[in-house]
Amino acid sequence: MHVTTDFGIWISALLTLGIFSFLYKDNPAYKLCEHLFVGVSAGYYVVLNYFSVVRPNLLDPLVQGDGHGGRDFFLLVPLVLGILLFSRFFPKGDWLSRWSIALILGVYPALRITGFGQGDFVEQIHGTMLPLWVAGNPGATIGNWILVVGLLTTLIFFFFSKEHKGALGGAARVGVYFLMVSFGASYGYTVMARISLLIGRVMFLLHDWLGVLHL
Amino acid sequence: MSIFASLAKLDRRWIFLAIGLLVVVPLLTGFHIAPVRPGSRAQGFYDAIEKVPAGATVLLAGDYDPGTIAENYPMHLAAVRHLMSRNVKIVAVELYPGGPPLADRVLHLVGEEFHKREGYDYVNLGFKSGNEAVMSQMGSSIPITFPADRSGKPVGRIPVMKGIENFSQIALLVSISAGYPGTKEWVQQVVSRYHVPMVAGVTAVSAPEYYPYLQAGQLQGLLGGMAGAAEYEVLVKAPGLATRGMDAQSLAHIFIALMILLGNLAALPQRAPAGRK
Repeated sequence: MHVTTDFGIWISALLTLGIFSFLYKDNPAYKLCEHLFVGVSAGYYVVLNYFSVVRPNLLDPLVQGDGHGGRDFFLLVPLVLGILLFSRFFPKGDWLSRWSIALILGVYPALRITGFGQGDFVEQIHGTMLPLWVAGNPGATIGNWILVVGLLTTLIFFFFSKEHKGALGGAARVGVYFLMVSFGASYGYTVMARISLLIGRVMFLLHDWLGVLHL
Repeated sequence: MSIFASLAKLDRRWIFLAIGLLVVVPLLTGFHIAPVRPGSRAQGFYDAIEKVPAGATVLLAGDYDPGTIAENYPMHLAAVRHLMSRNVKIVAVELYPGGPPLADRVLHLVGEEFHKREGYDYVNLGFKSGNEAVMSQMGSSIPITFPADRSGKPVGRIPVMKGIENFSQIALLVSISAGYPGTKEWVQQVVSRYHVPMVAGVTAVSAPEYYPYLQAGQLQGLLGGMAGAAEYEVLVKAPGLATRGMDAQSLAHIFIALMILLGNLAALPQRAPAGRK
């Protein structure tokens, strides 16, 4: 056992234990850690964004130029639009922020819609056009059938223009089973994710802090 | 009181304690259940990197922060180790503000191991705000999108960036992702438009979302959570943090599956009368 003398690791370990203490019951130590986390995170991201976004992308090109003497005065436009966003704090002038929001709403949906159209919609339809008979490969044949049947029945489940009765109702019910398998898989992965995070913290406590675990 | 009735009233803190012990004890004792066997998804990840010729450039997107270190860091480390062992050049970018220090740590750690020089064999261009807009702009020009590296050095003076204009010069996109912006956006904005081959290492909670991309061939390989990272560590013959945690993970999973089963059995007597009504 080799307990660290690193002050930062001690702080980190005590904060981790403080958060874990919530598992027993809510307590002042947990509250302190929670508030510290919120405050430090907010401060950290403000400073980080200033030095990694505002300064290199806006202030430096405006004040110092591009290194060849040229200053990009077009950047005054995003600067003004950015400042206008803060007008939401003042009820009388909050309408000014709508111009900035309009720009954001105009650009982002366009980017995301084109990305979704190309990356998801077209490619995924293409990805489901599979041969239902793969010679010499029964595994692939069965897999392709499951995929196509699962896709069609799940789509039928979300088809609400006609009452789910008869063949349509039967297909929709099969679709529900496919959805349940999908939810189960997602839940299994979620459990794995949470346990992984716990393992990560336990490794930190045992290795970095207490020195009883050798990796 | 039947055993199921007492289970229904069990204080959940006993379950927390059991999970804690199931994680701590295997780590401390080295208790081993079964060897990690790589699956087809991890194999796809490995094969895609194996196909990248030595000297080619790979774009490494480290889109995660300290919140998901346990899952993303081992796969990040293993991927960089694999890339550097094959003498592939690495251009790293991060779209998570908390990502750059982690990418630096991984690149410097493995760089020293393989005697790689920063600026010549790898570079970390750092964080850029803008999510999809950054990806889209990189398609036009990577040097304009990232005019300097993380330390402020202009990309024009960084040897590893010589000749890198856009995605045409990128042999493979490796995305280590915790959520948004991450793997999904790289697929939508880059793979579909510029047809860059891509592999992804993602958190377990987001992994099911990416299976359709894998099935459609938009991703060549996928590492899902700590299990995916452990499989990949086995493939690159460098067992690390993920492999070490897998026994604890397996025991916790078995226990949770048992609890779900017992919980449902305990709930059955309560449901039956309601059903009859």
